[in-house]
Amino acid sequence: MQVIAQRPKSLMKIPFTYCPGCLHGIAHRLIAEAMDELDICDKTMGVAPVGCSVFAYKFFDCDMAEAAHGRAPAVATGMRRARPDMCVFTYQGDGDLAAIGTAEIVHSANRGENITVFFVNNAIYGMTGGQMAPTTLPSMKTSTSPYGRDVNDIGYPIKASELLATLEAPYYIERVSLLSPQEIIKAKKSVLNALKYNKENRGFTFVEFISTCPTNWGIEPVKSREWARENMLKFFEIGCFRDRSKDHEGGEK
Amino acid sequence: MAQKVLMKGNEAVAEAAIRAGCRLYFAYPITPQSELIEYMAKMMPKVNGTFIQAESEVAAINMIYGASGCGRRAMTSSSSPGISLKQEGISYIAGAKLPAVIVNVQRGGPGLGDIQPSQGDYFQATKGGGHGDYRVIVLAPNSVQEFADMAADAFDLADKYRNPVMILADGLLGQMMEPVEFKIAKTDQEIEELNKQHYDWCMRPNVDGEERHHHEINSLELDPNVLEKHVLSLNETYKKIEQNETSHEEYNINEDNEIFCVAFGTASRIVKSAITELKKKGHNVGLIRPRTVWPFPSEAINRAITGKVRKILVFELNLGQMVEDVQLSVNGKVPVDFMGRVGGIVFTPDEVIKKIQESL
Repeated sequence: MQVIAQRPKSLMKIPFTYCPGCLHGIAHRLIAEAMDELDICDKTMGVAPVGCSVFAYKFFDCDMAEAAHGRAPAVATGMRRARPDMCVFTYQGDGDLAAIGTAEIVHSANRGENITVFFVNNAIYGMTGGQMAPTTLPSMKTSTSPYGRDVNDIGYPIKASELLATLEAPYYIERVSLLSPQEIIKAKKSVLNALKYNKENRGFTFVEFISTCPTNWGIEPVKSREWARENMLKFFEIGCFRDRSKDHEGGEK
Repeated sequence: MAQKVLMKGNEAVAEAAIRAGCRLYFAYPITPQSELIEYMAKMMPKVNGTFIQAESEVAAINMIYGASGCGRRAMTSSSSPGISLKQEGISYIAGAKLPAVIVNVQRGGPGLGDIQPSQGDYFQATKGGGHGDYRVIVLAPNSVQEFADMAADAFDLADKYRNPVMILADGLLGQMMEPVEFKIAKTDQEIEELNKQHYDWCMRPNVDGEERHHHEINSLELDPNVLEKHVLSLNETYKKIEQNETSHEEYNINEDNEIFCVAFGTASRIVKSAITELKKKGHNVGLIRPRTVWPFPSEAINRAITGKVRKILVFELNLGQMVEDVQLSVNGKVPVDFMGRVGGIVFTPDEVIKKIQESL
């Protein structure tokens, strides 16, 4: 009998703690599959954030550190500098990366730290119960923007990929979507690229996943993906913002 | 080999840390500790070490968390306002049972304060500083030589107990030049052996032939019963540290003391000078100088309370922080009096003599 699908070896054999319809599980799986395919799990260390994916340190089979809120890129910097023989990745949500950890992500990217950052953007704080995120869309209602995000009062959502792409050092920056099987297949390619470049010591790599939060958006899982497609993808455009491997083919995009 | 060199405290502690096997240093510039970060910037590349001028003290301490989590000897340094920023990370380092060395070259506070010497961070250093039930081992040097010696001690203690260690210096010790003699530098091979001592828990690659491990560096535990066990186990470590590592120096402590003083760091040097002057005039005053301010040398202070002692005088460059530990130690057996200067002002030997003479 031929095995056509199985649990990636780089994932621990324990159940996820995510809500029904949440896409963290898919993002985890893509990273674990890529680790398997590149055969790097024994030489990889990950950093879990604070947020819904706080228990990521239990889910990946490689060595893992749990960082303070927003500090994952700094922790990863220390790890990678201590262990230049290993791949290091962080897994962060939007509050972690684009609010409290803004300094850490910008400066680790600017140093060109040889780490991969997986950034899950679902426009809301999940774990604390649906508060406004730095990526919450204009007019979007959350528990701390009950009248809708007023951009004149609190500003516009932060486009992390575009922001980091203003820096010289990053090697690879891409925003992908997890909203459909086709898009997940494309996302997998991006995850593979990032970890492959990491393994080759090419520098800072960054993958932003456009994701959903059915629980805190108050929209059922399937419809939440439609909502994300209609609203999030208009603001957060899918695309590759930096790929230095293509520089010799006519410059960066 | 045992040649003495004239160096600033900030540079001496950096050199000693490198010799003790520190190969990763992360910090942010702040006066009056900038010579330390500059020395590391110059010297770390020469020993194939890592130097990063971090974007903030917050980032620097979290880089330490990552590097220590890989079992490596890592150090950060700052001065008071920057140490406040590091408290979040220190709490996580303590919670995750990581060895780490933090140097605080204290300056006047609160807030931005000034850049003159102070001991105003005693509470912060010895009582926790960050959130949660934890302790940091706090070493308090009073000379450039001891500042340097304590760098090696700090790494050994941090490794031994898997606990953060702070060297609590001040602007005067950091800026002052004194002769210092360094220990022989650890070789790369010795450093690698030190790293391997942590292989049972630290993040690292798989060793050939070994079954895959999954090491977690973590301070999170949502099950209150499990977290309580963890905090109690930390407390067991703290008890061992109190038993084994409490350290102090005595000067002119004898059975005929009617008064003895307690002072640490820079303040203790001035008190010692005052006591020496008083001795010439025929006054017999003792000094107990805590070398560790946590754990605090309570037993030594109690032992010094012989039948004749009628008063203890505490001198600090703050408004009376260590005095509380002295009071707790003696538990009302004898009166405890205090003198301190703040704002970055260092009391003179004459001021100390005058204060002691009031009690003679």
